[in-house]
Amino acid sequence: MARIAGVDLPREKRVEVALTYIFGIGSPTSQRLLDKTAVNPNTRVRDLSDAEVARLRQVIEREVKVEGALRTEVAMNIKRLMDIGAYRGTRHKKGLPVRGQRTHTNARTKKGPRRAIAGKKKVLAKK
Amino acid sequence: MPRSVKKGPYVEATLLKKINALNERNEKRVFKTWARGSTITPDFVGHTIAVHNGNKFVPVYVTENMVGHKLGEFAATRLFRGHSTRVAEDTKTQAAPEE
Repeated sequence: MARIAGVDLPREKRVEVALTYIFGIGSPTSQRLLDKTAVNPNTRVRDLSDAEVARLRQVIEREVKVEGALRTEVAMNIKRLMDIGAYRGTRHKKGLPVRGQRTHTNARTKKGPRRAIAGKKKVLAKK
Repeated sequence: MPRSVKKGPYVEATLLKKINALNERNEKRVFKTWARGSTITPDFVGHTIAVHNGNKFVPVYVTENMVGHKLGEFAATRLFRGHSTRVAEDTKTQAAPEE
């Protein structure tokens, strides 16, 4: 069982892909790490030798910020923006898009499902 | 795209002069500025600057965390008071059909 950074890697996938299941490792980082540890990116996770797993684990621990630590960092960055009263912070607080997108329409990813507006008349209700 | 490092951060020249003058005399005084686009440098820390928001001057107390941000980020230009509740209109439309 290959368990790295507290995440179980899918056994049937190529390591190159499997590593991206760890939060904080995308495909470029994955490729760089495999290159560095001299592990063939095409080997399946179940075929990795214990030595290879150990090497990967060590490099990831030392060089990459992953999972919990990374999530904390991101949360701290957002919290900092909120605390200093910056525009971006207030947007985070209000749950609206932060980077200047329009909110007249769209922005549903950030705002979540539509909420009915009290007292709004339905257009074309019944004739 | 971020600004070229070669040029250094953008700080309005007059604003920088004012801050430096205040720092030299070890003085803290609120002063007005329209330079919302100016980057906050470490020299600004501890000063209170009244930043124009298009209508009024908003006092911004600069802390260490704000270094690297622009002055304008701390003086909101929009005032959102919430959407109208429509309660008054609701009662009217409900009352009308009963007549």
